[in-house]
Amino acid sequence: MRKHQTLGVYLHAQGVSRRAFLKFCSATASLMALPPSAAAQVAAALAAARRPSVIWLSFQECTGCTESLTRSHAPTLESLIFDAISLDYHHTLQAASGESAEAARIAAMEENEGEYLLVVDGSIPLGNPGYSTIAGMSNLDMLRETAGGAAAIIAVGTCAAFGGIPHASPNPTGAVSVSEIITDKPIVNVSGCPPIPVVITGVLAHFLTFGTLPDLDHLGRPVAFFGQNIHDRCYRRPFYERGQFAHTFDDEGARKGWCLYELGCKGPTTYNACATLKWNEGTSYPIASGHGCLGCSEPDFWDKGSFYTPISAGLWGSRETLIGAAAAGAALGVGSALAARARKKKARAAEEAES
Amino acid sequence: MTSLDGIAVKVESATGNVEPLLHEIRHALKRVADGKEGTVIDLRSLPLAPGEEERIEAFLGEGEVRAELDTFGATVFQETSYAGVWLVTHRNMKQAVLTRFIEVTRTPELLKSQRADIERGISRLEDALAASSKVERSRRESVAGQEIKDSG
Ligand code: SF4
Repeated sequence: MRKHQTLGVYLHAQGVSRRAFLKFCSATASLMALPPSAAAQVAAALAAARRPSVIWLSFQECTGCTESLTRSHAPTLESLIFDAISLDYHHTLQAASGESAEAARIAAMEENEGEYLLVVDGSIPLGNPGYSTIAGMSNLDMLRETAGGAAAIIAVGTCAAFGGIPHASPNPTGAVSVSEIITDKPIVNVSGCPPIPVVITGVLAHFLTFGTLPDLDHLGRPVAFFGQNIHDRCYRRPFYERGQFAHTFDDEGARKGWCLYELGCKGPTTYNACATLKWNEGTSYPIASGHGCLGCSEPDFWDKGSFYTPISAGLWGSRETLIGAAAAGAALGVGSALAARARKKKARAAEEAES
Repeated sequence: MTSLDGIAVKVESATGNVEPLLHEIRHALKRVADGKEGTVIDLRSLPLAPGEEERIEAFLGEGEVRAELDTFGATVFQETSYAGVWLVTHRNMKQAVLTRFIEVTRTPELLKSQRADIERGISRLEDALAASSKVERSRRESVAGQEIKDSG
């Protein structure tokens, strides 16, 4: 696809039928957590979309975020979206290396000054610039230089969004998040260790479709995916509300699929879309596989005590408060469910008013 | 223990979301019967326990029409035993499910031929007819030329 060609013209030239394009738009609307009726608006916006340049920088990370994206269960959707962006620099995926790779980054920055999207995974070490460098340049300098001309930044993964595991106590490298360094650009935090691949693609699709960034929560995460907590969307919730908990991983409660709160599930304090989007081709997610949520999309998740003690133990210091916590949570749950429903209704009404 | 079936797990969970969803479908179907707009429900948008999606599917059953669209992976349109209630499953090229919708409508939008495709079809048909009449004309000319040669 040529840079100034619209996606509509490009797909038409490729012989993609309108029907196929609408199928893609239905799936994309669902990906962006928009109501199905928004597919027509997505189609109109996407058909007129131009190909944005994307520069992807990887700092102190484990490459899990890139692995997550490239293992995504929707290759046709991703490949179309990736066809529709120009990934001009990604040192794990690009063929070029050394000086020619860096030259590609500089060229993309100059050619798309003020318009390119910068994606970052990994945290940035402030303790000593030498802890992590690319082509002899410190992560801090490369981030500052590349962020300068970016239209917006997507911090992919908990490391880029909140410092993540490198930031965990005692934080030997002085790791910080992107937003602790760059303060004059719009930043979207797509947290998760790793983030759900379709959430990464959903944010890219939103930028591609509407040319804007999605609505964000107080931690800079897209509300469409992080607006509800795991607990609100958890199918084990009725057991929580009845106080039916698994106490060990192989007791009767565990076998019957009861709530994993006592086994340390962090669902009640974790905002992410795992319960609905799921993992591994939409097959499952940790709670459905019998393990509590680790809370990996939240800041400092690694430093919040054991993964296997109940949240109440961390919050109130003793397991005895558990039953009280469950009762309070149940009351809160009704409110959260109503709020969630109201949000959805509001989104539908706004969408209907527009159409 | 020789297989996964040997693991003594018997999940009891139920979110309580199945019945409300079926009632939502009933209301949507009444609106369609009254000549009003259809409704599309994204099955991924609400929490369902393992087995509940299958329960919905079993409750709705299979109706008379099943159609398949083959583009970027298969999309199956299955009318349920309740006319006007369709289960639409979009898959990608690896056969993984992308999205599942319940469409309450007379005909799902994607089953209809799209205007842009019809227009493209018209121009392709015109080109094909023009090309075939050109072939026919040159065939006739060469036959006529041969006849003149033979009679000469
Ligand atoms: S505590 Fe965990 S397992 Fe229990 S209902 Fe909440 S999210 Fe689900």
